[in-house]
Amino acid sequence: MRAYLDHAATTPMRRVAVETLAELAARTGNASSLHASGRRARAVVEDARERVAAALGAHPSEVVFTSGGTESDNLAVKGAYAARRASQPARRLVVTSAVEHHAVLDAVEHLVATQEAQAHWLRVDATGVVDAQELLEVLARRENEVALVSVQWANNEIGTVQPIAALAAAARDAGVPMHTDAVQAAGVLPVDVAAAGVDLLTVSSHKVGGPLGVGALLVGRRTALEPGLHGGGQQRGLRSGTLDAPGIAAFAAALDEAIAERQQAAARLAALRDRLISGALALGLGIEVTGRWEAGDTAYRLPGNAHLRVPDCDGDALLYLLDAAGVECSTGSACAAGTQRPSHVLLALGVAEDQARGALRFSLGHTSSEDDVDAVLAVLPQVVQQARRAAGVSR
Amino acid sequence: MRVVVAMSGGVDSAVAAARVLEAGHEAVGVHLALARSAATLRESARGCCTIEDAGDARRVADRLGIPFYVWDLAERFEDEVIEDFVAEYAAGRTPNPCLRCNERIKFAALLDKAVALGFDAVATGHYAQIVEGPAGRELHRAVDSAKDQSYVLGVLDADQLARSLFPLGGSTKDEVRAEAAARGFAVARKPDSHDICFIPDGDTRGWLTRRLGEAPGEVVDAVSGAVLGRHTGTHGFTIGQRRGLGLDRSTLDGSARYVVGVDPGSRQVFVGEADLLGVEVIHGDRLRWCGPAPTGELALGAQVRAHGEEVPARVEVAEGAVIVRLERRLRGVAPGQSVVLYQGARVVGSATITRARNIDGSTTVAPGSSTPS
Repeated sequence: MRAYLDHAATTPMRRVAVETLAELAARTGNASSLHASGRRARAVVEDARERVAAALGAHPSEVVFTSGGTESDNLAVKGAYAARRASQPARRLVVTSAVEHHAVLDAVEHLVATQEAQAHWLRVDATGVVDAQELLEVLARRENEVALVSVQWANNEIGTVQPIAALAAAARDAGVPMHTDAVQAAGVLPVDVAAAGVDLLTVSSHKVGGPLGVGALLVGRRTALEPGLHGGGQQRGLRSGTLDAPGIAAFAAALDEAIAERQQAAARLAALRDRLISGALALGLGIEVTGRWEAGDTAYRLPGNAHLRVPDCDGDALLYLLDAAGVECSTGSACAAGTQRPSHVLLALGVAEDQARGALRFSLGHTSSEDDVDAVLAVLPQVVQQARRAAGVSR
Repeated sequence: MRVVVAMSGGVDSAVAAARVLEAGHEAVGVHLALARSAATLRESARGCCTIEDAGDARRVADRLGIPFYVWDLAERFEDEVIEDFVAEYAAGRTPNPCLRCNERIKFAALLDKAVALGFDAVATGHYAQIVEGPAGRELHRAVDSAKDQSYVLGVLDADQLARSLFPLGGSTKDEVRAEAAARGFAVARKPDSHDICFIPDGDTRGWLTRRLGEAPGEVVDAVSGAVLGRHTGTHGFTIGQRRGLGLDRSTLDGSARYVVGVDPGSRQVFVGEADLLGVEVIHGDRLRWCGPAPTGELALGAQVRAHGEEVPARVEVAEGAVIVRLERRLRGVAPGQSVVLYQGARVVGSATITRARNIDGSTTVAPGSSTPS
């Protein structure tokens, strides 16, 4: 038996999503066509748009479907910066946090490198939380200079939940658009774009049990945004391209189900997470949990996230040994080359570089069970011992 | 056995992995990330550790259905191979980083890590053979003499050899390419790599200048002592080098001039005619024996370059040092190079060259000791 504990990377598709996708995949129709087949495809997309809007507290016209979280983040950061700068050239400062996903982080750095942007990186405390006070200070000190604030709802590596409503209120008071990457939060935490007061919000389909390659950016009706893709002018001209009706419908179905089950699932996942964390800490291996962890809590930490640091180990050795033992997880710092560099998130928390090397992210989701957690705990002692031997000889 | 196959992304290690698997072993592919920063990985178009090469290796592993991982040994590589490479050049010597990498990385850091993780051996795509001999495992030249890579493995000791597999040693390169094609590997026609992997553009002098800075000095005629030109750093020169001397004046009779000595202390590069390059006696230290250490005087073959010729020699083994008396003169022997010793096809061991000279001692190319005059 293999234990899959990498739901933050991608979670298995929900049955309702598979069925929706399978049913619609064989159907012909371009949602922009005017004939009957086109109208039918368009109706599928618009139904889905309404469902996604309702699920996240938005108006249907505020939902822009994209190819996923990365595209949504790029569209939000680059599009909002460009629009703001076009109307108010003095606004060139992008305020974001040091623990963002690379889709935001690298987009901001791209703007700095090529679009004369400046970046202000909000500090985080030792548990990964942004200080709303610092945002207030930056907005006051750099009045009329800030183009955009972008802070993730919950961290993809360590599961820390940010005080989004407080940050959004600060941005709103300063007249600055606020973006949040809610890829890890949607379907897991109560995510409501209107209640939170954010202007731009990123969600991804495959993190909630929908198909890969679909996502959305919620764009507040008063939020100015330059498109990233030009073409047929679909979706208010903000995101040209033929709409993936089957994928979008399956995404909406998965999101609906995730939200319907959300409260029960959060309690169940938090209990599994607590079993995993407390079990790992009790092994006597010197393992530490990253971020704030309180049994039963779902307000400060994602219920499905268990980020552990194993001293005197390399993440790649741990990952190999766990994989060989049938446990699938992540080091939380994978990059395309597979080179092992300390995670920028852990470094931002102030974790020392040698302490950041043996990091493991276990993430739970809708198919997780106690058996999965117990499988991890059963193999962890031997895995850690062996990884320590390997670290001892290869460093 | 459980075997880690070091997969560079080239055709040789791809076929090596397939053969390990077919021999009934449990194989896991490992690509070594050796460049320190991911940015370097992205920028370099060629070399042993680019993203593209890692991707090629991964596709072969996919096809074989074996697990594949990238292991980051960049820090060890920097400390053990690159820093040594730079320091050797700075000292006026000519190191071979491939031997160093085999000794310290592939068959040390990688092998030790693999063993600690429960593996029994490391396999690579090197062309060399392991033969069970009366005194244990022996390292032998490959069947394909044109591809033979036993020279760069001449630093492996008995413990390392006991946990090494070279599945290609009995095949020719053509056979390996044909096998790769038959197996449907996309890398079947991928060109061989020739450069130093961490200097993918092949500009060693430029790379060293970036690391060491410029240190201008004189180019001096080794016989007359006349100053013939100037250079920007002795690290740009290797004994036997003919090109890129940047001389203001040509020889009277128009014959070619070669680097015959390098002295970083006085920042002088000595040049002379080809006959000054002839070497008959080689002194070496840092001995590495591929089996039991020999003693006394032996009749062996000596090879000083990866694809150089093997010359018969009388070898005198003393405590921590060897003296190799060649039966024929060799040209272009530089301190820092390795001399690998053979008995027939068997690799006996190797030493790092400290000094090379004529039989009468008239030419010495030991840096910083006595300079030619």
